[in-house]
Amino acid sequence: MSISDLPILGIETSCDETAAAVVADGHIYSNTIFSQTEHSLYGGVVPELASRNHIRTLLPVVDRALSEADLGLDDLGGIAVTQGPGLVGCLLVGISVGKGLALGSGLPLVGVHHIEGHLFAGSMAHPDLVPPFMALVASGGHTELIYVCAWGNYERWGRTRDDAAGEAFDKVAKILGLLREGEVTMGGPRISMLAEEGNPEAFDFPRALINNPGFDFSFSGLKTSVLYRIRDLAVENIEAIGANIAASFQAAVVDVLVDKTLRAAREAGAERVLLSGGVAANRALRAQLDDRASKLGMGVFYPPTALCTDNAAMIAGAGAFRLARGETAGGNLNAAPRLPLPGLRERQV
Amino acid sequence: MSNRKITRVSSSPDQTHRFGRDLAARLKPGDCVALTGDLGSGKTCFAQGICAGLNVTDYVTSPTFVIVNEYAGVSPDGKQMPVYHFDLYRLGSPDELYEIGCDDLFYGEGVCLIEWADLGGDLIPDHAIDVHFAHAGEMVRNLTISTRTRLYTASEG
Repeated sequence: MSISDLPILGIETSCDETAAAVVADGHIYSNTIFSQTEHSLYGGVVPELASRNHIRTLLPVVDRALSEADLGLDDLGGIAVTQGPGLVGCLLVGISVGKGLALGSGLPLVGVHHIEGHLFAGSMAHPDLVPPFMALVASGGHTELIYVCAWGNYERWGRTRDDAAGEAFDKVAKILGLLREGEVTMGGPRISMLAEEGNPEAFDFPRALINNPGFDFSFSGLKTSVLYRIRDLAVENIEAIGANIAASFQAAVVDVLVDKTLRAAREAGAERVLLSGGVAANRALRAQLDDRASKLGMGVFYPPTALCTDNAAMIAGAGAFRLARGETAGGNLNAAPRLPLPGLRERQV
Repeated sequence: MSNRKITRVSSSPDQTHRFGRDLAARLKPGDCVALTGDLGSGKTCFAQGICAGLNVTDYVTSPTFVIVNEYAGVSPDGKQMPVYHFDLYRLGSPDELYEIGCDDLFYGEGVCLIEWADLGGDLIPDHAIDVHFAHAGEMVRNLTISTRTRLYTASEG
């Protein structure tokens, strides 16, 4: 039995979520995430950012991931932990715990790139999704178009020049008053829900770079455009047209994402497309991508929501691949807030 | 820069970017630029201009999600000058900024660009250059550039 067939413990603390999971041979035994909705379990509402929350919650989360998998450290083949990119203080918590567990148990440890995790999430949910395929990874912090030539061999076709797609949702939700006090990252679900009651053609918001021959994205001007359409309107009208704004804004983001992703897939000769990251949970995006891809004869894959948003199962999945290649980290594994994706090269035009 | 206030009117993102490049030419290692103003008022665009002026070749994207991004800058006279691009938008309290280790960077050898600096409270250094952005039309922004305290001079020493 090779190391990659044994259960791998994954740990993810790159940003807001504290997560641990156990995965064996692509099968998910447990996928535990600590989020604010679970605060009753540990007592008190937890502010999102501070690394001290990772410190407080990570060990209970690891315990729960192991107990839900009904396994102990002795049963594992290795430990995978997110090395970057992310917030240095948050990454360090996961890495330190990973190192401690590895040292105590004698298990091999490997550092994983967060985006590679999102790529593996697709194949964990859909074992028939094998490279080559075109992947759009879109979340609050990332918007990247990556051609997966083979596992560990990636070509970047495009990325955002300013705001991430998920960030545009968060900020427009803020402008529309859809976020509660202290809430900054629930924009995606809120906009998506409101948009269902609105007309996506009510406002003609800009589709930045859509006619640009390249594959980069830009969402910063869209945010400003929404802001000024709202400023143009009388205050009493905002509630009445909020749904139209949400629907029209969402349509602008979806048009650009789908257009560029499918054009890249076609130019790369890819027959399969993966949509991953938190924004992949957006229903309008899935619907339009499905519709337009099927007309081109392409298959579209997206992981279930629990694997789209940040999670540790995807880190364990990518870690199993890295461990199977004989890659292990030593005690000097360090957080890398700007870690480049290993095996990534820019597309040569 | 002495204790004074400068105002500028930008009529496009391109011009805001150019104002950023202009300021970059005057920045020294250890400088902090505190950027304030509403959503969509041009803070990131201005920060991108500063980075361009400091010869950063990587894409300068919004640091909202990760709080801080680091870039390898080069000063106009050819010296290495790391650039730390902060965004405090998501911070719940200044304490969280302190835990990130902001002091090492705010009082370090690089240049710090701090968006939503008003959320950093007292942690924003007194030597920061303030740049405030105000909406004045869909494309027009009023920029106010000022310093908090008169900079330390030999005669005060």
